[in-house]
Amino acid sequence: MRFMMLIHHDESALTPAAYKELRTDYGAFVEALAKADGCFPGERLQSSTAATTVRQQDGRTEVLDGPYADTKEQLAGYFVVDVASLDEAIVWAKRCPSSRYGSIEIRPMLDQTGSRHG
Amino acid sequence: MTVDEARRAAERVARESYGRLIAFLAARTRDVAGAEDALGEAFASALRTWPTDGVPDNPDAWLLTAARRRHIDDLRRSDTRRSGEEHLRLMSEEDAARLDGDTPIADRRLALMFACAHPAIDRGMRAPLILQTILGLTAEAIAAVFLLPPATMGQRLLRAKTRIRDAGIPFRIPDVQELPDRLAAVLDAIYTAYTTGWNELGDAATPALAEEAMWLGQLIVSLLPGEPEAEGMLALMLYCYARVPARRDERGAYVPLEAQDTRLWDHALLAYAESLLRQASASGPSGRFQLEAAIQSAHVARRMTGVANWATVVALYDHLVALTGSPVVRLNRAVARAELDGPAAALAELTPLEEDKRMRSYQPYWAALGQLHRRAGNLTRAAEALTVAVGLTTDAAVRSFLLAHLASLPR
Repeated sequence: MRFMMLIHHDESALTPAAYKELRTDYGAFVEALAKADGCFPGERLQSSTAATTVRQQDGRTEVLDGPYADTKEQLAGYFVVDVASLDEAIVWAKRCPSSRYGSIEIRPMLDQTGSRHG
Repeated sequence: MTVDEARRAAERVARESYGRLIAFLAARTRDVAGAEDALGEAFASALRTWPTDGVPDNPDAWLLTAARRRHIDDLRRSDTRRSGEEHLRLMSEEDAARLDGDTPIADRRLALMFACAHPAIDRGMRAPLILQTILGLTAEAIAAVFLLPPATMGQRLLRAKTRIRDAGIPFRIPDVQELPDRLAAVLDAIYTAYTTGWNELGDAATPALAEEAMWLGQLIVSLLPGEPEAEGMLALMLYCYARVPARRDERGAYVPLEAQDTRLWDHALLAYAESLLRQASASGPSGRFQLEAAIQSAHVARRMTGVANWATVVALYDHLVALTGSPVVRLNRAVARAELDGPAAALAELTPLEEDKRMRSYQPYWAALGQLHRRAGNLTRAAEALTVAVGLTTDAAVRSFLLAHLASLPR
């Protein structure tokens, strides 16, 4: 089963020292992901201050500065795992360095074709 | 006994009594969930009041009376019929009278454990089932240690209990021919609970699952005496648990076995483990758990006497590999082999595991590979393997330990 792992952070809570440690830990994490079949190391997103939100309503297009939701924890990136069940996805979430600074939302992907577990 | 110890002892009695009653009631109808419904509130009440008010003289009778009283109250208030009522009605006058007369009810917990570990039950659910039915642990508590959301664990538990009822899974101790395999499944479930709880040891928020697993191991040994694998499993758990005080230093850093301060080990537990192992393996260890226990016994002996015995350890692993064919066992044998014949020989043993997909995300494989490459002077491969190991580690102390080794690699 394929799961997308959505990483949420409180950006303001990360000190420069913690940030440095996080980058080192991510180096190892990405190496570990690379060894696992069907996993995709994903991407990091720029800060939510760089976000723009577009909405269309009643024929009018609304363009707003900032992210979709004004919450403390913001989407910071994602990765994808292909594992036998939710249990293994949870272990990967635990391994993800960001889980120590924020939360990882685990979402089963709708398109399960191409998944080795069907 | 301190106040805290008294409270925990009272809680222990409540759990034991609950487990006995659940097993007794469920054995008749195969309806575990129904039995839990019948006793749930009485049990919760016992957990609340016995630690402060003291344990009643006849705990089983107390629980049963409380459950029946609640049932009568519900009927009086014409509440929707609870699924547990069948169970309470099935308690015959005779049983109730026997309870009042201080005779304990028949202990059907062994039969319940065999039902929970039946081949028709999802392998991953056997340990949680046993923990919930025999020990009365909540789905939330079990979920926390098995790293699942509580609702998911609750659903899976319910599905498993429904399966026991609907698939006609029997509540009995298996026949002599089936017993070895069926017992292996029960022991496997208990040992899974032990290893799952291992990383949570010292975490006050969650139940000390490893301790509960040892309690279950002791229960199996007392209910099914003379079974070498059950004794071997209990010995194995005791050997490991005895060393817990030494596995982290005062700053919480990871301390490998060879560096542990043996004065911190619980020597009474070690002595008990030794006597169990001797009893189980009078004619030489012959099962998986006996072999694992024998290996731990050898590690303890080596640290206590200072005499290297790696040849013995490797020989025991040879036996275990032949028995199980497990890649994890092969990995552990290679690590032991390094102490005997050097890292290059061990690395050669690990080469076939490179192609084994099960090793791809198995942290101990990469950690061992990294350390062996480091000792053999293969710095690039050591760095790569140790990096992957760090990425796979979920324990902060182990991560720091590996990072330190990574950092110390000469460039």
